[in-house]
Amino acid sequence: MAATDVDIFMNEEKRNLSLGGHVGFDSLPDQLVSKSVTQGFCFNILCVGETGIGKSTLMNTLFNTMFENEEASHYQNGVYLRPRTYDLLESNVHLKLTIVDTVGFGDQINKDESYRPIVDYIDTQFENYLQEELKIKRSLFNYHDTRIHICLYFIAPTGHSLKSLDLVTMKKLDSKVNIIPIIAKADTISKSELHKFKIKIMSELVSNGVQIYQFPTDDETVSEINASMNAHLPFAVVGSVEEVKVGNKTVRARQYPWGVVQVENESHCDFVKLREMLIRVNMEDLREQTHARHYELYRRCKLEEMGFKDTDPDSQPFSLQETYEAKRKEFLGDLQRKEEEMRQMFVNKVKETEAELKEKERELHDKFEQLKRMHQDEKRKVEEKRRDLEEEMNAFNRKKVAAETLSLSQPLKKEKDKKN
Amino acid sequence: MDAIMLQEKLVERLLCPRVRTARQKEKQYVGFATLPNQVHRKSVKKGFDFTLMVAGESGMGKSTLVNSLFLTDLYKDRKLLNAEERINQTVEIIKHTVDIEEKGVKLKLTIVDTPGFGDAVNNNECWKPITDYIDQQFEQYFRDESGLNRKNIQDNRVHCCLYFIPPFGHGLRPVDVEFMKALHEKVNIIPLIAKADCLTPNEIKKLKDRIREEIDKFGIKVYQFPECDSDEDEEFKQLDKELKECTPFAVIGSNTVVEARGQRVRGRLYPWGIVEVENQSHCDFVKLRNMLIRSHMHDLKDVTCDVHYENYRAQCIQEMTSKLAQDNRMESPIPILPLSTPDVDTEKLIKMKDEELKRMQEMLNKMQQQMHDKD
Repeated sequence: MAATDVDIFMNEEKRNLSLGGHVGFDSLPDQLVSKSVTQGFCFNILCVGETGIGKSTLMNTLFNTMFENEEASHYQNGVYLRPRTYDLLESNVHLKLTIVDTVGFGDQINKDESYRPIVDYIDTQFENYLQEELKIKRSLFNYHDTRIHICLYFIAPTGHSLKSLDLVTMKKLDSKVNIIPIIAKADTISKSELHKFKIKIMSELVSNGVQIYQFPTDDETVSEINASMNAHLPFAVVGSVEEVKVGNKTVRARQYPWGVVQVENESHCDFVKLREMLIRVNMEDLREQTHARHYELYRRCKLEEMGFKDTDPDSQPFSLQETYEAKRKEFLGDLQRKEEEMRQMFVNKVKETEAELKEKERELHDKFEQLKRMHQDEKRKVEEKRRDLEEEMNAFNRKKVAAETLSLSQPLKKEKDKKN
Repeated sequence: MDAIMLQEKLVERLLCPRVRTARQKEKQYVGFATLPNQVHRKSVKKGFDFTLMVAGESGMGKSTLVNSLFLTDLYKDRKLLNAEERINQTVEIIKHTVDIEEKGVKLKLTIVDTPGFGDAVNNNECWKPITDYIDQQFEQYFRDESGLNRKNIQDNRVHCCLYFIPPFGHGLRPVDVEFMKALHEKVNIIPLIAKADCLTPNEIKKLKDRIREEIDKFGIKVYQFPECDSDEDEEFKQLDKELKECTPFAVIGSNTVVEARGQRVRGRLYPWGIVEVENQSHCDFVKLRNMLIRSHMHDLKDVTCDVHYENYRAQCIQEMTSKLAQDNRMESPIPILPLSTPDVDTEKLIKMKDEELKRMQEMLNKMQQQMHDKD
């Protein structure tokens, strides 16, 4: 086909046609649904909150099962992420659920770096997906997607406002993952306090530019309920796996001496709202948002970092192939340069050490000479002293002999005198 | 209670008209049994003072509890900081002093507040301002005590510190442990479990056991109730035992009065029920109040004076005297052994000279030997 013909086809506008009868492509959504049901779904939840705030209990309550987990200790050195994957089945829909727990969050005395392991984990999941996408031989439909779809941030029910750690962490996370803030252990706040607390939290989040997940209001079927739920954020939840008999029913609740807090009672807490929003209405939207917004943002940043651009300075679309080649050459050039540098450094170091060793040798030699001289001096001195001492000895001996002879001759003389 | 009854009896005896027939007994009666009564009178006249420190993270209900304990409102115009302002917050020390009176007994109550504790992101040594404050008060008292005019010494020493442990965790956190270890030798620490209305009775028991275990494990010396005398009656001993097994107290405070079971009580209103602060089956507030105010207030002051202050004083004096010995400025009143570290250089020199001498000695010996042989 000539190039001009193709152009004509491209510029034609789309026309709306009416159908004469029932064709049947309105079953496309159903085909999609049956395909995805056979494939199974995948959902990843990240729970961020202090130790003991009720993350595991809430997960158990949400999914109405007992995920196995041990109590975390308060004395971890840092923050660790603990992902666990479970396979759930409900009316022939398979769900591969991954729950990631933050262990040790908020326990350290210095919490400056507490957010980092969480951010790193989220980035790693994005990176893994990106690598899979960039592979030559890839199988995306089979790939176990571990990207975090939702982050439930557990706020401690102090009743005043957010903690400083909460603010710092949420700011770091809001561009990477969908955040839904939750007030944990809400059975310690009375209704009036709760109202004030929620308002304070939302105003703090807004004034600090933290973007939390907004339930979508563009789809008419769910826009109304989503809009009303948006006004109830953050959800004040109570979790419990114990069952208590209330009236003639057995419900999940917490039993206190002054009353029973029912988990599924809407006037007691917002658990039902959370479950509706999270699981029953918006799960698919969360996954979409993760892929379309957060993952794309990550991908863009990462590729730009590596030097890729969509258009070169002449705004002609770049071919990925060329960019790859250019990058590869650059990289090899870098490697070579580094090798040269290292060799140079090695040679220099060897020279230096040699010089040092020579210097040391010289020093030692000098010292040896000096010591030898000293030794000789001392020897001489000692010799002198010896000679002196010998002389003294001789002198002393002579005196002795002289004295002896004198004493011998003295009595003779005396005798002589006596005789005389 | 017993003391008051005893005093009343004695007063009766003194003021009642003497009966002739009992004159024999009265001859043996000296009368110094009225001493407790005199002490009572004097102390009422003098008035009491008590300094209480509250410490814990923001939002633990400290102010509410203090208001509930003393049935006043100490924190009328308080401004709380936002989360972003608290990222780098330092700990402040704020004192509130009130004078309250009950049945003629005057109490000057000072509450020392520590806003900002544990609120910043980096809480390294966040307890330092608190320990400095306590030491400062000790130092002030030490100076006053050693001064010339000791008539009106103001006692600002901290008699008791209530430490609020959050109920949301599984026990003590590192910051709790570090704080208590930094302070347990300076002040009486009473740990409390704050906001106990988020824990069911089972959970409270587990948490208390856990905290007691961890306190033992880390060697933290919290305030111990004094042992009751063996001649006290059984009921008192039983109460005392219960009190000791209940620590740390799980407390709830409230600023509001609600209607419950036909009465107006301090409490918290929930959709599922009403928590009464003064109900013993709901929380340990009553036990804390009784212990702190009604029975052990004076013991807390005594332990502060006799143990913590004396430790501080001894340490202070030791430091002063060791400093004096180093400076060598004046004769220290206490003889101290000089622990002068020998100079490393001089030692070497001495060793060298020793060796030289030895060598010389050997040579001389050799020569003498030679002389002998010659002879």
